[in-house]
Amino acid sequence: MLNTMPARRRIKHSHLYPLLALLGLLILSGCSPIKPWVKPYERNNLADPIMSFSMDPVEAGYMHHVYQAREAARGAEGGGGGGCGCN
Amino acid sequence: MAVTKPLGLLVCISLLLSALTPARAAVLPEDRADVMYHSYDGGGVKIDGPAVLVRKSVTDDVSVSAQYYVDEISGASIDVEVLASEYAEERTQYDVGADYLLNKTIISLGYSNSTENDYEADTYSLGISQDFFGDLSTLSLSFALGNDTVKKSTDPLFEEDKTTQSYQFSWTQVMTKNLLMNFIYHVITDEGYLNNPYRSYRFMNNGSVGWLTEKYPETRTSHAFAVRGRYFMPYRAAFGFEYRRFNDTWGINAYNMDLSYTHPWGEHWIFDVHYRYYSQSDADFYSDLFPSADFQNYMGRDKELSTFTNNTIGFKVSYEIDTGWSHDWLEKASVTLAWDILSLDYENFHDARRDDLPPGTEPLYNFDADVVRFFISAWF
Repeated sequence: MLNTMPARRRIKHSHLYPLLALLGLLILSGCSPIKPWVKPYERNNLADPIMSFSMDPVEAGYMHHVYQAREAARGAEGGGGGGCGCN
Repeated sequence: MAVTKPLGLLVCISLLLSALTPARAAVLPEDRADVMYHSYDGGGVKIDGPAVLVRKSVTDDVSVSAQYYVDEISGASIDVEVLASEYAEERTQYDVGADYLLNKTIISLGYSNSTENDYEADTYSLGISQDFFGDLSTLSLSFALGNDTVKKSTDPLFEEDKTTQSYQFSWTQVMTKNLLMNFIYHVITDEGYLNNPYRSYRFMNNGSVGWLTEKYPETRTSHAFAVRGRYFMPYRAAFGFEYRRFNDTWGINAYNMDLSYTHPWGEHWIFDVHYRYYSQSDADFYSDLFPSADFQNYMGRDKELSTFTNNTIGFKVSYEIDTGWSHDWLEKASVTLAWDILSLDYENFHDARRDDLPPGTEPLYNFDADVVRFFISAWF
């Protein structure tokens, strides 16, 4: 019985450790520049046009418009979005 | 005042980011022109027309864009078939935009105007984008303000306003040398006349059916969160995925997921296939058939507010020509044909055209739509 409250506190505090570690990491990262883990010369694949989230903006914008007109959900479509103007 | 505060916040964040992040070379969008024919055919409605999008750098740090877009609408949707007659109308949209490269930041400004005989929409947008962490991360913030005027072709005196504000936060992250991810959180708020002035709800009226103009709330706020990724396969091809969740103050919950595969073939061809699944629950004030005319404060029977699913499968093929004229005005050109098939299945929206059956016992509505895009693109 005597140990109940301290044990609870320990459990709660243990949950904070990863958060504190993350916060510390973020603070430290503000002090020194983060070294990119993917070097510029390793980005050939990422630079390939087929890796683009929106290869054809005119077409992507049109498809967002089609979905917005047929579905209630809207937003967070990514690049290429535009005004809807639909009722 | 409503505009000044978010703009000021975006500018402050931009200046803060500029001060904190190491110098890098942000890149303006590439110079490109597209001429497209688009067609939507489904549910009794045909919408097609042209679209032209041109983007060009005017100086080393400024790129401008302009778009012209037309929807030619004809036919009769199920709503129109039940209560009105077939119609034809046109919607024209103009967009202009500019991107300004300022050291490590890209600032984007945009204006869009959409005009129909019974609807006018003006949208102003501002965006700020910045790369940091050694170009592995891109943070984008954007704000848009829309002012719409809703009219009614059958009543020249009818005119209502609608205002929309949109706030978007986007984070794009290089995860590995083959994986790119993007996270977006987007809030949109509407205020004003949010009905469609032509649409009606139906209700039981002493054993028969009555129809009255829908009554919607005058505000709506929605939240959407999406995560998407592109993975470069061990050979030259890309696998894409997307998951998005949505909810709003009208009680609608929705999600969709999309899987895509892009496969170049030889030097000239690119093939793309994708599958998308969308599901939503209905709005709090939606019903296919209300028990009485004044059953509750808000009443709607828009099938887009009902419970339904949408399955989409799409194909796309591009043929690309490298002109070899890189010293001249045209570097590259491509021709693309894309075709998507949408299958919408409604779970609580009945086919009210069947007036031979008692109200509410008609079969559930469903329809398929073909969406075709054909476009020619040029890079210069």
